[in-house]
Amino acid sequence: MDIVVLMKLVPDLVEDLEIDADSGLLDRSFLRLVPNELDEHALEAALLLKERHGGTVTALALDVGDVDEALFTAVAKGTDRVAKITGAGFDQGVGNQRLAALFQEALADVPFDLILTGTQAVDDLDGFVGALLAERLGLPYVGYVTRIVPENGKYVARKEYPGGLNADIEVTGRVVLGIQAAERPPRYVVTSKIMEAMKTASIEEIEAGDAAADAEIRVTAMSLPESGTHAEMIAGSAVEIAEKLTKLLRERGVVT
Amino acid sequence: MAVATSYEFLDKVIHATPDGEKIRKCLQCGTCSGICPYGFAMDYPPRSLIAALRADDWLGLLESDTIWLCVSCFACANVCPAKIPLTRGLLATLKTEMLVGGSIPQELQVALGNSRRYGNALGEAPSRRAEWVKGSPVPVPVLTGRKEQTDVLWFVGDYGSYHPRVQLVSQAMARILHALEVKFGILGAEEVSDGDAQASAGEGGLLALLARKNLRAMGKYSFKEIVTADPHAFNALKHEYPRLGLRHPVKHYVQFLVERLGRLKALLKTPLPMRVTFHDPCCLGRVNDNNIYEEPRELLRAIPGVKLVEMSHNRTLAICCGGGGGGMWLDGFSWEKAGTRTTDWRVKEAIVAGAQVLAVACPYETPRFEDAVKSTGNEGKLVVKDIVELLAESMFG
Repeated sequence: MDIVVLMKLVPDLVEDLEIDADSGLLDRSFLRLVPNELDEHALEAALLLKERHGGTVTALALDVGDVDEALFTAVAKGTDRVAKITGAGFDQGVGNQRLAALFQEALADVPFDLILTGTQAVDDLDGFVGALLAERLGLPYVGYVTRIVPENGKYVARKEYPGGLNADIEVTGRVVLGIQAAERPPRYVVTSKIMEAMKTASIEEIEAGDAAADAEIRVTAMSLPESGTHAEMIAGSAVEIAEKLTKLLRERGVVT
Repeated sequence: MAVATSYEFLDKVIHATPDGEKIRKCLQCGTCSGICPYGFAMDYPPRSLIAALRADDWLGLLESDTIWLCVSCFACANVCPAKIPLTRGLLATLKTEMLVGGSIPQELQVALGNSRRYGNALGEAPSRRAEWVKGSPVPVPVLTGRKEQTDVLWFVGDYGSYHPRVQLVSQAMARILHALEVKFGILGAEEVSDGDAQASAGEGGLLALLARKNLRAMGKYSFKEIVTADPHAFNALKHEYPRLGLRHPVKHYVQFLVERLGRLKALLKTPLPMRVTFHDPCCLGRVNDNNIYEEPRELLRAIPGVKLVEMSHNRTLAICCGGGGGGMWLDGFSWEKAGTRTTDWRVKEAIVAGAQVLAVACPYETPRFEDAVKSTGNEGKLVVKDIVELLAESMFG
C-alpha cells in the first residue's frame, strides 16, 4: 500500500497574529509557520498503516517556511520519500483551491493507493483541500476520519459526526481521506534521528507548473476577536455565592 | 540505530559514557536502589536494572515505563561504592532507548516537543522571552544588536523568563546585580532553553541542538563570564557546552554573589528575623560533583536576623524536588505511578526542621514547593523564597 500524505504549514498560534493595516489581511512578514496539527495526525495514521500492513509513505508539502524541517522530521518518523512543491509567492499564502490544483499537478508522477491529509487546517478551517483534490482526481473522499482498516482490497474508514455519532464507511479503490485524528497522538521522534535524516535523506523538489484554482475565496476583512463584557466574579460565603448564582440562573432562564 | 539486546545496550553505555566500563564492577549491593527516591515505585531501580541487563531481559525492560520516574538526582551514582556512572550513563541511556523506541509519557512528549519547536519547555512564544524585563524595577539590558563589551552574560533560562512566579526571582536578581553595579546583559529572544533537563530525560540530541543555538547567540557578543540563577543551566553550560565550543567561565549566582559577599553584606540592611532552611538543588550539589553546598548557606547567613536550620536530608543527601530528569514535566505520570511526590516530602521535612522559610536556588523549586505547601496543608506555615528574593528583601526592605 503506497500512501501519500499531504502536509500544509500554517501560522503558529503561539505567536501573536497581526493584521496588516494596508491589505486588511494577516501580516505574514513575521509569521512563524508550523505543520498543521491534523496533517501530523494524517502522517501518524499513514505510518501506523505502513507498520501494520506494509507499503510506503510519501509526504508532500509546499515549499514555505521551515518545510525542510517538517519533512526531515517526517523521514525520521519513518516516511520513505519526501517532496516539496517549489514556486514563487507561496509565502504570501495559497488558497485551498489552488493548493488542491498544485497537489494534483505534483501527484501526476507519484504512484499512490491512498491519500491522507488533515481534514482541515487552523488557518482557514474550511476543510476543502482533501475534497477538492478528490474531485480533481475523480476519486472518492471521506473526511473526519479517525480510523482506517484495510479489508480485502477495500478500506473501512470510520467517520466522526457531531453528537458522538460514528459511521464506518467502506471505500473501494484509490481514495482520499481527511484525517480528524490518528488512533494515537503523533509520535515523538528523538532529535538525533532528525539530525541523521538531515544528513542522509534528501527532499525531492517538484516545480509548480501552471496549476491554477478554478475559483478562489476572497477574504474581504479580518479582525481580531473583540472582548465582550467581562466575567463577573461572585464573592461571599459559599451560601451567599450559591444564592446569588441560583438567582442569576433563574433570571437568565437557565433553570426555572 | 535502536538497540536490540541487553548486551548491545551495555556496550553502548560502556562506550558512550566516561567511566562506563565500571558498570561491569557492579556486585549488586543495592545501595543505589535504597537511596533512589522513587526506587520503591520502579519495576527496575538501578540495581535490578543491571541484574536484568545481565540476564538479557531487554524486552522486559522495554515493557516497563517506570524508568520515567527517574529524576536524574544523582543520589544513586553518588553512593555507588564502585563509582558506576548510573545516572548519566545507565539511566539516561535507557531513557534515550525508550525515546528511540517511541515509548514516552504524553506530558513529557509535549515538553520535549515544545523545547525543540520553541526553544522553551513551556511552549511560550520565542519572541516574548524577554517580556519579563518590562516588569523589572531596574533596567535589564538585552544584548541584541549591541557592540560594546559587557562583564556578565546573565543566562535567564526558561522558567526565569516565562514562569510568572519565577519572573519575580529574575526581578530580584536584576535588582541585586544593579545594586552591585555589575555590568550585565541578557540574550533576550536569542536565548533558548539550556537543554539540561531534556538531556537527562534522554534527549541528548536536543541539548546539542539547543546548545548550538545558544552558542551562536553568545558568539555575537563580548562578555567575560556567564552567570545564571538556574542550576540546570549552570550544569549544562559548565559541563556540556565546553565540548561544543564554550570557553567562558560559568557561575551560579550563589558563587558569583559569595565572591562579592563584602559589598553585599553592606547592603543587607533590613533584618529578616526568621528560621530558614535551604533545599540543595541536585544540579548544584551531587550532579557532576559540582559540590556547591556552602555558598548558598553563606549567603543566607549573611542576612541579618536569619537563623539557618537544616532539614534531615541535606547537602549530598538532599532529596530531589522531583523536577529533574524530566520530572518537571511528568507530575501526572509520577503521581500515577508512585502516588506521592518528593516535593511534598521536602516541604514536610522543612516543617519538621522548624523552618518558616524554605529557601531555594533553582527556578523549578519556587512553584513546585509552593504547590506542595498547599497540597500538604501547610499554607500559612511555610513560605518558599529563592535566595535572591530573601537578599533583595533585606537590601531593599
